[in-house]
Amino acid sequence: MNTNEKEAPVQGNIEALLPWHAAGTLSRRDAQRVEDALTRDPELARRYALVREELGETIHLNETLGAPSARAMEKLFAKIDAEPKRAATGGAGSFSLSSRFTGWLGGLTPRTLAFAGGAAAIAILLQAGFIASIVLKQQTAGFETASAPSTAPGIGAFTLIRFAPQASFDDINKFLETNKLSIVSGPAPGGLYKVRVGENALSKDELGQVVKKLQQDKVVGFIVTTQ
Amino acid sequence: MQTTSDDVLIARIAGGDRLAMQVLFARHHVRVYRFVLRLVRNEATAEDLISEVFLDIWRQAGKFEGRSAVSTWMLSIARFKALSALRRRQDDELDDETAAAIEDQADDPETALAKKDKGAILRQCLTRLSTEHREVIDLVYYHEKSVEEVAEITGIPEATVKTRMFYARKKLSELLKEQGIDRGWP
Repeated sequence: MNTNEKEAPVQGNIEALLPWHAAGTLSRRDAQRVEDALTRDPELARRYALVREELGETIHLNETLGAPSARAMEKLFAKIDAEPKRAATGGAGSFSLSSRFTGWLGGLTPRTLAFAGGAAAIAILLQAGFIASIVLKQQTAGFETASAPSTAPGIGAFTLIRFAPQASFDDINKFLETNKLSIVSGPAPGGLYKVRVGENALSKDELGQVVKKLQQDKVVGFIVTTQ
Repeated sequence: MQTTSDDVLIARIAGGDRLAMQVLFARHHVRVYRFVLRLVRNEATAEDLISEVFLDIWRQAGKFEGRSAVSTWMLSIARFKALSALRRRQDDELDDETAAAIEDQADDPETALAKKDKGAILRQCLTRLSTEHREVIDLVYYHEKSVEEVAEITGIPEATVKTRMFYARKKLSELLKEQGIDRGWP
């Protein structure tokens, strides 16, 4: 509509920012620039008063426009009800996992969250208990010879693993035996265990392959490489 | 009291939560309606359009990536709907009723000045701006949108947003001058 818009001499001009300054939507830095200019320049301050006048009357005008009738909402929900049902969890398309998780958390009451938190803590403690017994068993019964025989603590290839909360004693034991792994230390904050995956140091790619393979197991909740 | 954020509501809507949709509607429908009404200048059309806007939100909630505020996203959808409706109507001019109302008020500046209600005259002039100028002024002053957000909603560069606002205000001053109010700017 405005053919001169692109050539207008207001770009970067402090005066062009006055409407946003009045509305309070400038960045702190720009707002400070405008404030400084207003202090220095009485003519700019006079123009700013005009902007504030426009702001007030625009709000007044919009606020007197009224609101839609209840019919709008009825119409909307009639249309929504006519839409195909969608799954109760997860959204259409590519909504991010973190947003879904935020939404799910937001849907829990504080009491539910407190209960869930408490239950999770108990599960982690129980798991820590039976993993400790596995470590003890490794150290005394000698099945570590199948995995990391008499290796010094700092030698080998390692990962950090958090086991899935639902993983049982037998699941974890079997997982360690099958993959010839031994728990070196843990649990660290976050329920992480340092697990030796090889007697000798592995290259980054080799260790990545091991991690990739191990994370397929349902026993593994989280796994990363470590030194 | 803590209120559920718009982002959380959108996440729930993406999962088919009808109640979240009601909350979002209750929170935003008046502003969206007013934005649309200022563009299409017809209450019945505006009312129809907001149910279309919120239906789109219901359908597209799963695609919302949170890169902008939910209100900015909603106004983008509302703007698209309003401009499409205007195109369908093939009439971006004032409708007869509004034009008549404006003439009734605008043709007698002396009387208006006699009332000494500069605010009323300014509001009347705001209704006489073009669609583009009304839109940018409302987005900045009433919907509190930043330069970046206005650019996102209207699909124009940020520099053009500033110049469009400048010209909208300049036009407003000209209309005021016609009504006997010289603001000494621009």
